[in-house]
Amino acid sequence: MSIRRSRPLGRRLSVVLAVLGLTALCALWIYPFLWLVSASFKGPLEMFQKGLNLMPDAFDWGNYTRAWQDGGFSTYMLNTFLVTSGTVILVIFHCSLSGYVLGRYEFIGRKTVIGVLAATFVIPLGFTIIPIVDLSRNLGLLNSHAGIILALGGSGQAAAILLYAGFFSRIPKEVEEAAIVDGAGFLRIFFSIMLPLAGPVTATVAVLSFLAAWNSFLVPLVFTFGNPNLRTLAVGMLAFVGTNETDWSGMAAAATLSLVPVVTFFFLVQKYFVEGVAGAIKS
Amino acid sequence: MARTAPMGSRTQLVQQLWRDRYIYLFLLPSTALFALYTLWPIGVSIYFSMLDWSGFEQAGRFIGFANYKELANDRLFWNAFRNTVTFMVLAVPLRVGLALLLAILLNQALPFSRVFRTAIFLPVVTTAAILGVVMRFILDPTSGPVNLALLQSGILDQPVNFLGQSGVALYTAVGVWVWKWLGITLIYWLAALQTVPKDLYEAARIDGASGWQRIVYITLPLLTPFTIIITLITVVEATNVFDLMLTLTNGGPFYATEVIDIFVYRQAFASNTPRLGYASAASLFFGICVIALALLQLIILRRIRQKPAETE
Repeated sequence: MSIRRSRPLGRRLSVVLAVLGLTALCALWIYPFLWLVSASFKGPLEMFQKGLNLMPDAFDWGNYTRAWQDGGFSTYMLNTFLVTSGTVILVIFHCSLSGYVLGRYEFIGRKTVIGVLAATFVIPLGFTIIPIVDLSRNLGLLNSHAGIILALGGSGQAAAILLYAGFFSRIPKEVEEAAIVDGAGFLRIFFSIMLPLAGPVTATVAVLSFLAAWNSFLVPLVFTFGNPNLRTLAVGMLAFVGTNETDWSGMAAAATLSLVPVVTFFFLVQKYFVEGVAGAIKS
Repeated sequence: MARTAPMGSRTQLVQQLWRDRYIYLFLLPSTALFALYTLWPIGVSIYFSMLDWSGFEQAGRFIGFANYKELANDRLFWNAFRNTVTFMVLAVPLRVGLALLLAILLNQALPFSRVFRTAIFLPVVTTAAILGVVMRFILDPTSGPVNLALLQSGILDQPVNFLGQSGVALYTAVGVWVWKWLGITLIYWLAALQTVPKDLYEAARIDGASGWQRIVYITLPLLTPFTIIITLITVVEATNVFDLMLTLTNGGPFYATEVIDIFVYRQAFASNTPRLGYASAASLFFGICVIALALLQLIILRRIRQKPAETE
């Protein structure tokens, strides 16, 4: 930042103060997670006796077995994985197809489609949940993972479509002209040239829809009223504390279990996520 | 664009549509899903809002605008409306402002700024519904660590019932929401700050502008369009706090944190006698308010973008 070699004392002091302030803020920010992990290893009594001490006496894995087996979190985990991967695949499938033609071709109705997509950008899922449940019930999709996946992957994907459209519109024309000369048809051009080129966009869309699906709550909640075995982690968590109100360490273990996959995933793909979010705001 | 053809007669139109058949085939999945899960729900909501309808299994009875008339006099609805507005008015400036402050700090190439950014971002990627449950324990008046710390350090001599006291619970929810989502706003601001040309700062430095002056006279004016976009996104998000609110307070105590989402959910799903038509009316009415607010902000944004062009 500073070009001058010798920084004045005031500047150095302010850097130290800023770093100290930020450290305190970040400690506060991640404290709930530290507390959670610590509580998940504490014995049920230790939980209340040790007060603020974060270090457990011994690492008690019993809380995890209790949440995993008795609490039903093994089922919830599997369900969440199914719903999340199904949603990610559905979103990539339909958004890459429509983004491709919207970004690359002029056809009758193109402007209408883009206009309608852009107009519904700000409508949150919560406002349309009653018709969605009604529709899913009529289609026989209520109380099923397929119904949750369709509702999650089928609504509010304007951003992903426009992300694909923007990328495909910037690919030079020569790329597909060369392919046409080689005799490739519409489908071959898309599947063996265009879609592989769009790898970075697919990565961003996959990451964003993974997090959205994993963290979704309202749709899985109202879609699983009739069948608790289909609950996802977020829905299961609410049910768990509803029936085990005093089991703090069991709650902590269950919450840690639910958060570990998504946090791990985030650290693995942080780059794509930050790029995707930052790219969206700039455009 | 790869394909354009002159249009004129009907047969040409049909020919063009037929030639573009793969384009429409590619468009089909998105269009079908969009029609089913976005357009149809929006359209049918209007009809649903005029029904007396007590469950998905039952048939609704058309009652015209009676639901809206009832809403106008429903004290709990207006309570929820007020709570949503209060929440928004408190939480949006707090989140946008605090994130801007942090972004300006983290943009200074401080040591460990990546670590700080990641730490602030951590709550964003985690499940709101689970954090809501966890926070109930962390803020517990008797054994929660926050109250323990406040009591042991002597800051307080009485524990605070953060979530169980009607005057406090909404403010607590604002705090938890800002904690949860600050990191994403921070990323937005950091991206926006990247667009400010570096040489502007150099020029100002040579002219003798202090760090504070550079922020006020260079950074902030250049960020105005971003400020509006970021505020717009944050306002829309602040109307959609269902996950966190349901798990944190469930709208309680005594409806003190019942925002519109919770009101609609309670009427439609969490009641022994569901009122789906009434809930639809509430949700539609509020949805229109949110869209109007978003449009208003977009109009302001357009005005501001046009201004510099006119003066140049």
